[in-house]
Amino acid sequence: MTDLAVGSFPGALAPRRRFVLLRRLAAHRSFQIGLVLVALLALAAIFAPFLTSADPSAMKVRFRFRPPSAAFPFGTDNFGRDIFTRVLYGARVSLWIGLVVAVSTGVIGAAIGVLAAQFRRLDPFLMRCMDALMSFPAILLALGVTAALGPRMDSVIIALTVAYVPAGARIVRASALVVRELDYIAAARIAGASNARIMIRHILPNSVSPLLVHVTFVFAYAILSEAALSFLGVGVPPPTASWGNIIAEGRDYATEAWWVMLFPGLGITLSALGLNLLGDGLRDVLDPRLNWRA
Amino acid sequence: MSALVSIDKLTVQFRGDRGWITVVEDVSFALGEGECVGVVGESGSGKSVTALSMLGLHPRGAARFPSGSILYAGLDLLRASQRDLRAVRGRDIAMVFQDPMSSLNPVLTICDQICESLRLHQGLSRAVARRRAIELLDLVRIADAARRVDEYPHRFSGGMRQRVMIAIAIACRPRLLIADEPTTALDVTIQAQILELLRDLHEELGMAVLLISHDLGVIAEFARRVVVMYAGRIVEDAPVDVLFASPRHPYTEGLMASMPPLDGGADRLYAIPGRIPDPDEPIPGCRFGPRCPHLEPVCSVSAPELVAISETHRVRCTPRTRPGVRG
Repeated sequence: MTDLAVGSFPGALAPRRRFVLLRRLAAHRSFQIGLVLVALLALAAIFAPFLTSADPSAMKVRFRFRPPSAAFPFGTDNFGRDIFTRVLYGARVSLWIGLVVAVSTGVIGAAIGVLAAQFRRLDPFLMRCMDALMSFPAILLALGVTAALGPRMDSVIIALTVAYVPAGARIVRASALVVRELDYIAAARIAGASNARIMIRHILPNSVSPLLVHVTFVFAYAILSEAALSFLGVGVPPPTASWGNIIAEGRDYATEAWWVMLFPGLGITLSALGLNLLGDGLRDVLDPRLNWRA
Repeated sequence: MSALVSIDKLTVQFRGDRGWITVVEDVSFALGEGECVGVVGESGSGKSVTALSMLGLHPRGAARFPSGSILYAGLDLLRASQRDLRAVRGRDIAMVFQDPMSSLNPVLTICDQICESLRLHQGLSRAVARRRAIELLDLVRIADAARRVDEYPHRFSGGMRQRVMIAIAIACRPRLLIADEPTTALDVTIQAQILELLRDLHEELGMAVLLISHDLGVIAEFARRVVVMYAGRIVEDAPVDVLFASPRHPYTEGLMASMPPLDGGADRLYAIPGRIPDPDEPIPGCRFGPRCPHLEPVCSVSAPELVAISETHRVRCTPRTRPGVRG
């Protein structure tokens, strides 16, 4: 994840650049493409009940393994369930998991990072915990957590958050360590501000921009990992549709009914692609080193 | 003049690679109510460390005070709790830093930053604090204060940021303002304006000012009393006119000699030979000894004491304070 080593430039989110940032983001080609992709998928997920009248788990055994047609745009699976409907409802589950994991990673990561930077006594302890978590591959760690907590959507979210928090915490800590030595932190202390106030009002806003970039990538990784976990059978349990478990259920018939795996696979690919493009755009705009080169 | 803050035998040590290193030793001086004192010395002479001690701003665990006290209103600032310190900071003692470019938080408006201490210490409402912030910007002579108060720091130049810093510092009408090289990072014309502003505020608000500088010119213009520090110790302490007319310590003489003459007569400026000693390697006897043009055998044997040669003049130099030479 070295591509996430974005600049810890103090004040990278400075308001002077807020409008400039928005304008630069809006002009960024890959950001535009990413935004369109993610927005389309999100809209499809939100408006799933309006886009299809079918029930995602309604089985019509009569219509087993129907290839894509007018009646079943994406075909049907071994139980005769409409893949189009299942992919739409699966998007709700997959994107929701991605979003919650991204947000909670951001919040928890920022909290741990700033605490570690601010309280030197706490720092070694917190960072060794993060190191310990980081030493496991994310998917293996998540596998362990879901195995312990049982296959539920909540446990997938918890597992992936646990897996992605350490990197976020390290990123925030690195930039917070730079920010806390700046004069305006001492100035705030001289004005009589408490530790909590200094952390929340002064250090945090000045050190989160690298995390913002990281979080968009976490969103994408979380969708991929959810799919992987569901594929391995420890993710979102059937009959709830998620992109991962549609693929998992379709793999036995991959040769006869390729459409079962193709469409959720496309969903995963497009969302991961879209979010990565978004993240790239954010990184290009927020990282001062890249700006200077441009 | 009653003492507002009295520093008594202050010794500060920092944690080094091999045990504790003494960076400030046996510093004693008092600041009267409304008095303006200058502290001069080279980089590393302990000026800023002394000032930061007054606000309890040294990181806990990395600094310690084996002896001494800093008394303010009956409170020993070296041993006060964080809670007590927070109450003093900003309200009673405020500080302005050297580099105005990094002293303001880039993500908060000027108003937010001025209001911070007002709201913390005086519990003012947002609207009242905002009005007060505009008055303060007016006071530090920022034009169009009502509009500029809502702007972010990047729109202010270095000199203006320093004015904003001063506005923040005086927001709660502190009784002591510590200005740590407030003009070093500014260009000369702005320096003069900032000093003038500080002097006016000092007179109008009647607050005491501790001005730290390595520029004797700045000190001469501003302070009424000067404390000269060298290698963590006070070497001379005198009223400004006395110090400039008859400096007694060889180091002060050296500092005077290294100021450019007004008539531009000198081709080369005088420089004191050598450099400030490393606090890691203590020098026996007088710390200025190795650089002193008037070194005597006694200087390398025993460390000189800070001796009062008159009621207001203290010097730390054995040969210059011998009974026969005094007066």
